[in-house]
Amino acid sequence: MPFALSPERERKLQEILERYPTKMAATLPLLHLCQEQAGFVGDDVVEYVAHRLDLSPAHVKGVVTFYTLYNQEPVGKHQVWVCRTLPCALRGAYQVIEHCEKRLGIHCGETTPDGKVTLRTAECLASCGTAPMMQVDRDYHENLTREGVDQILNRLLES
Amino acid sequence: MIKRTDYLTRTYGKPEGWSLRAYEANEANEANEGGLGGYQVARRVLTGMTREQVVDEAKKANIRGRGGAGFPMGVKWSFMPKTVGAKPHYLVVNADEGEPGTHKDRTLMELNPHACVEGCIIACYGIGAHIAYIYVRDELHLSKARLEAAILEARAKGYLGDTPFGKDWPIEVHVHSGAGAYICGEETSMLNSIEGRRGEPRMKPPFPANAGVFGCPTTVNNLETIAAVPTAFGMGAEAFSKLSILHGIGDGGVRLYGVNGHVKKGVVVELAVGPTLNELIYDIGGGVQGDRGVLCVIPGGSSTPVLRPEETVNAPDERLPLHPWHGKSVFDVPLGVDTMRGVGTMLGTCCVTVIAQGTDPVWCMQNLMQFYRHESCGQCTPCREGSAWLERTTSKVLDGKASIGELHDLHDIANGIMGNTICAFGEGTAMPALAFIQKFRAEFEQYVRGERKRADATLTVEPWS
Ligand SMILES: Cc1cc2nc3c(=O)[nH]c(=O)nc-3n(C[C@H](O)[C@H](O)[C@H](O)COP(=O)(O)O)c2cc1C
Ligand code: SF4
Ligand code: FES
Repeated sequence: MPFALSPERERKLQEILERYPTKMAATLPLLHLCQEQAGFVGDDVVEYVAHRLDLSPAHVKGVVTFYTLYNQEPVGKHQVWVCRTLPCALRGAYQVIEHCEKRLGIHCGETTPDGKVTLRTAECLASCGTAPMMQVDRDYHENLTREGVDQILNRLLES
Repeated sequence: MIKRTDYLTRTYGKPEGWSLRAYEANEANEANEGGLGGYQVARRVLTGMTREQVVDEAKKANIRGRGGAGFPMGVKWSFMPKTVGAKPHYLVVNADEGEPGTHKDRTLMELNPHACVEGCIIACYGIGAHIAYIYVRDELHLSKARLEAAILEARAKGYLGDTPFGKDWPIEVHVHSGAGAYICGEETSMLNSIEGRRGEPRMKPPFPANAGVFGCPTTVNNLETIAAVPTAFGMGAEAFSKLSILHGIGDGGVRLYGVNGHVKKGVVVELAVGPTLNELIYDIGGGVQGDRGVLCVIPGGSSTPVLRPEETVNAPDERLPLHPWHGKSVFDVPLGVDTMRGVGTMLGTCCVTVIAQGTDPVWCMQNLMQFYRHESCGQCTPCREGSAWLERTTSKVLDGKASIGELHDLHDIANGIMGNTICAFGEGTAMPALAFIQKFRAEFEQYVRGERKRADATLTVEPWS
């Protein structure tokens, strides 16, 4: 089936289109809506966005490949990003990463075999004062302890 | 002397401090000099002042841009065309907060979003705009939700919309989400990103005030810059400026300061402009972990060159603004846009990263170069290739495989980036790299000579547990 937005997201798109003088300006917000629904931005989504906004698929593809938060491949049910940039690294980010890799049995950039968790590193997420930190789906977890990380990962694996 | 204030942060820690009720109630209750409740400042400005008066007042506040470059806000506003022609004007608020070590704008969006919205209303009116886009990095979902809720509340009250406060000057504020690219914090890249393009910086000129978003006159300001506007206009711009220790050199008001890294307490606090690094480390950050000494400090985000406590101010001439600190440690100089320039670094975002003695500076640099390599947009060859080369060579040093000649290469690569790129990302990569190489020459050489080993290098003071 070709990709199409759910009715609720379709309403959101109409709201978004009203905010800008051009249709092209809705490219990033529409890609976010599509990814929320489909989990990643495949070629069908690229075609769809191009069609809806009167753009060339090449333009949309160019945007998708520029920004790191558009997944070009399917990803796990949950996304874990551990910040690795210096302020976090000064407070143990590398140890957090190592611990997550061990607990999940995967390396950064990989997804657990059951498809539940994708583990990645992130660049500074604006939480340096409460480092080390990780983002899980939409939520920030700060001042991470070993115990706290275990609880979070267990919850994700059991979900 | 450190001076704590509570204007931008007055809603922090209050029950539902982010709600309109808290914003309006709080201001009326507390003894702030303006004595005006939430949105009363915007009301007074829109119903009682002309655009010109707003820009003049904004200049008097001496608000130096809080995004990193420190450009005076009011002067920037005055670059906008005096009359609105065929092309509409826009306000773009920069809440991309991606500079490593920076964690302040997020607190405003989460804990005092109405100050951001009220600031947008006053700024839009002052620059002749009807629409403000607040560009928030995508990861900050809570920030976006709080801003959106605040916008809805303000619209329901008639503070936004066709006739805000009854004034015939429509104003709308929209949140625009990024998608994970540090470079979109650069203002012209941000404009492309809002237009729905790849976030590649544009050549300047034209400057945004002439041809910004959608080819229209645009002012780009940092989120904290805009959030400070209601406070400044509420108490009077001159009074606001005078709160600063550095009012005399045109660096006014209060701002947010962040402390992170090897301090006992990582925090964001509001202070009068002009605390010293030592005050931030010890009075605000509670001192260094393990009571160690300080190896160095990154004063305002990773693009600002590091400072070491042994560095002293050299300003023997009495006419120099830094003369009062001649011979003193750079850690005892009040942090300001011009004072930091005077000691060879930059003020940046006022969030400082403290690095304790015992930490490996070569590894610190390699960590940061990994960031720049990852985030270069790739348009300019010196930046794209140079950032990758800096990272590779620093990694090689760490691995004990680099020669003395390659330490010289590091200088050459960094110097080859400087001044040869479209945007300031290039300098933001090269300047901190040069500072690390020059100020930690001994450690780099120890690696080359095999006297230092990667296996012994550490970044943490306290083991993570
Ligand atoms: C690579 C790069 C990244 C930047 N990132 C940010 C950022 O995340 N937030 C910000 O406010 N300014 C950032 N800036 C500065 C902006 O280009 C611009 O100067 C600023 O938003 C202007 O606002 P201000 O005058 O109020 O500080 C960045 C600049 C560069 C070169
Ligand atoms: S300096 Fe770097 S980030 Fe800036 S435009 Fe050039 S390649 Fe892109
Ligand atoms: S370095 Fe990790 S949040 Fe800033």
